[in-house]
Amino acid sequence: MTAAPLLEVEDLRIDLDDGARRVAAAEGVSFRISRGETFGLVGESGCGKSITALSLIGLLRPPLSIGSGVIRFEGREIQHLSAAAQRDLRGNRIAMIFQEPMTALNPVSPVGRQIAEMFVLHKGKSWREANQLAVEALASVRVPAPERRVHDYPHQLSGGMRQRVMIAIALACGPDLLIADEPTTALDVTVQAEIIELMRNLCAERGTAILMISHDLGLVANVCRRVAVMYAGRIVEERGSADIFRAPAHPYTQGLVDSLPRLGSRAALGRTRLKEIAGVVPAITSFPDGCRFNPRCAQASDICRTNAPTADFLEAGGLVRCHHHA
Amino acid sequence: MKLRANLVIGGALFALAILVGLLAPWLAHTDPVLDANLMNAEEPPSWTWWFGTDGQGRDIYSRVVYGARISLTVGIVSQLINSVIGVALGLSAGYFGGWWDDVVNALTNLMLAIPSLIFALAIMAVLGPGLTSLLIALGLTNWSFTCRIARASALSLRSQGYVQAATVLGYGDFRIMFTQLLPNMLGPLIVIGTLGMGSAVLSEAALSFLGLGVRPPFPSWGSMLSEARDQITTAPWLSVFPGLAIFLTVLGLNLLGDGLRDSLDPQSRSRRT
Amino acid sequence: MHEPRDRAVERKPDDDVILSVEDLAVHFPLAGGLFSRDRRLLRAVDGVDLTLKRGECLGLVGESGSGKSTVALSILGLQAPTRGRIVVDGQAVTDGPSSDRKALARTVQIVFQDPYASLNPRQTVRRTLEDPLRVHGVTAASEIEDRVATMLRHVGLRPEQAGRYPHEFSGGQRQRIGIARALILNPKIVICDEPVSALDVSIRAQIINLLLELKDTLGLSYIMISHDLGVVEHMSDRVAVMYLGRIVENGHWREIFERPAHPYTQALIAAIPDPLRHAPLATTGGDLPNPLNPPNGCAFSPRCRYAEDVCRHEPGPVLGTRPDGHTVRCWRADEIAGSGVLAATE
Repeated sequence: MTAAPLLEVEDLRIDLDDGARRVAAAEGVSFRISRGETFGLVGESGCGKSITALSLIGLLRPPLSIGSGVIRFEGREIQHLSAAAQRDLRGNRIAMIFQEPMTALNPVSPVGRQIAEMFVLHKGKSWREANQLAVEALASVRVPAPERRVHDYPHQLSGGMRQRVMIAIALACGPDLLIADEPTTALDVTVQAEIIELMRNLCAERGTAILMISHDLGLVANVCRRVAVMYAGRIVEERGSADIFRAPAHPYTQGLVDSLPRLGSRAALGRTRLKEIAGVVPAITSFPDGCRFNPRCAQASDICRTNAPTADFLEAGGLVRCHHHA
Repeated sequence: MKLRANLVIGGALFALAILVGLLAPWLAHTDPVLDANLMNAEEPPSWTWWFGTDGQGRDIYSRVVYGARISLTVGIVSQLINSVIGVALGLSAGYFGGWWDDVVNALTNLMLAIPSLIFALAIMAVLGPGLTSLLIALGLTNWSFTCRIARASALSLRSQGYVQAATVLGYGDFRIMFTQLLPNMLGPLIVIGTLGMGSAVLSEAALSFLGLGVRPPFPSWGSMLSEARDQITTAPWLSVFPGLAIFLTVLGLNLLGDGLRDSLDPQSRSRRT
Repeated sequence: MHEPRDRAVERKPDDDVILSVEDLAVHFPLAGGLFSRDRRLLRAVDGVDLTLKRGECLGLVGESGSGKSTVALSILGLQAPTRGRIVVDGQAVTDGPSSDRKALARTVQIVFQDPYASLNPRQTVRRTLEDPLRVHGVTAASEIEDRVATMLRHVGLRPEQAGRYPHEFSGGQRQRIGIARALILNPKIVICDEPVSALDVSIRAQIINLLLELKDTLGLSYIMISHDLGVVEHMSDRVAVMYLGRIVENGHWREIFERPAHPYTQALIAAIPDPLRHAPLATTGGDLPNPLNPPNGCAFSPRCRYAEDVCRHEPGPVLGTRPDGHTVRCWRADEIAGSGVLAATE
């Protein structure tokens, strides 16, 4: 447990420059991921989860930028690395897969070549060797007939096959951390199961840590060992994945767990009215003062409207940011 | 909407041209046609004759001011005709599809294949010179780009949820086209219309220069250029000032069109916060 | 929930049935290219039978390409069927530009998935709700105003908000406007096409509750299209599962979710991650087959762990009725039904 974490994010703030002023699209974001661990970042659109991921690999583009905070990879600060050093880190040590593989793959290049490129760029292999490795990589993500599929272009593959190719590219150089941003949101549920299992098994075999980003708390809780829930730019709760579903501590997490119809609950309990979370998701430019969940929270009191809660460590492990947490 | 330099300068130039045309009777020093006086023939620009005089002693400044009326009328009216034809054809083709789309496409390709000025020339040859024939000739020959854009917009908007919803709600075809499709494609149509006006002003000049435009002695910038052709070395002011008027008006319209395109661009407008 | 299984009168046209789809097929010819002789046929929907009873919510489940959206478009009269018959409230939906389009509009409406693309950005909420009334012959200004205000209250918006444009609303509020538009003509059937999957997670419960409330207060019947089985189970009275253009299982929600008999239904249920267990997901193997080149026999056979020789030969299985009354398209349903959710550790 005392070994240096693979990735350490400390008090990260991401600024959004909307012309007139700078607002914090994410702030006070801290978490650690150990080697080989699976960690989930859950939240709704605009909560800051995806931009947090992009900041880790230096892919934030204006109007977004890192305002303050530290990102350490294997103990080394990486937030101010040069473009070349970041490029070397990306792909080689930290890899990423995206929601829509069609936009992340080059449409005019055969998928085999796109995989081989990783070996040439990051491992200094010759193209001949790299092409051979590409076939093996495709075989490892269980693409049938890989020696033929390497010649296919992305549009010739189904959505599930494209995501497999993305995983093959991402894992080509044996990265230590795989960032998966909504990797299965565009896919059907049976295909999602295939892709999740593939990702989970390959990473477990190779000791690759996973940072999974999703709006689907259920999926993340199933895949990851620990889960952080983000709301309006801040982490509100970080727990072991089973705990967060059984005994959510933050009212927002409680709301999420209670509000979603779960398979089997109607059969067990009959159809009851779903518990709603009142109100709307705030826009980045109009985050409320104090605890950002307070306008939607049934337990909100005066202090919640003025003071942002600090992190409380829970006895059962994990932390929560709430003045009145369970 | 953020104000951009090209929008402001273009709009100012175009507004100035329109203002000059509207206020011509008050701005002009003399009657552009009747006040000919051979005693003052071919005077260079001076405090009396701001832009000089022509071979018949008419004040060029007054003729340029009045010329704005004809040039702008041709530009605006002919482009309006083009827009109506182009939108009607393109919108209906994109919305209905099928054989009508094929017909409109073939027609558009035909129009694009023939240089529009040549086509306008042919129409003018049949109708004879004059303002009305000029409006008809230019109004019938420049709608293909408008049509293309209206069709492409209609095709992409047709699959939008709100258009489907309107169909499901039992709206008639024309109601859908005019309340659901048209308002959502106005941006690019305004841009192309503005640019089209500039090119219509140029076409008017070209046709009048060839003697097919407005009949003398009524002044249009193109016909003034045409008359000044022989004296370009001896009395350059005869061509410089109408030429400058054309240049500034067309420049203004193009800047305006570019500016509108930038500000109506959904990318820059609908940036979600 | 009222579901009287009235078998009292034999073969009498069922007054309870508000929508029936009989042997619906929608085929799209795909031109291979100008000089290609390849004239392939995409069978998006291939022989679908459905019935919807008054006051019922029918869940329509399946993956992308299963044909569920095409079925919806056909019911709405937006997609002419290649074959088959659709009867809505006693009236056959004819294809093409029919004069009955307006009558159909007063009977069937739709709530779209994407609340951003489904509202005209250039029209105020009032205009969006008033225009349909005018199109359908409501002319009295006071009646129009009344109905718009009432409808806005029904969906949880304030009538004062009617003057605003869609971009002034949040995603959840936009979906409420979309629901108001679907209901303004007092339809009997509403097709809900993934009504919450484009919404933020914390907003979904509001919209699900709203839809269920409106169904009861206004006496609506729903066809609920969704890939989220949790939502389908919560909302539906009956569930039909589609695979590659055909219905593979159809029955009472409890039978479908507690005793799924088709291997595909079982796979769908098993593929849902269990948030309480850090356990592997049950996988099916392979992707959805290419609908242009469907497998021989049972369309699910290449991915099915129970598939035997009989499953791979023509003709494919037919819909058979199980003892508990629900229908299944599988040769081996009797053997595999009741095994419940596939054990992931098998």
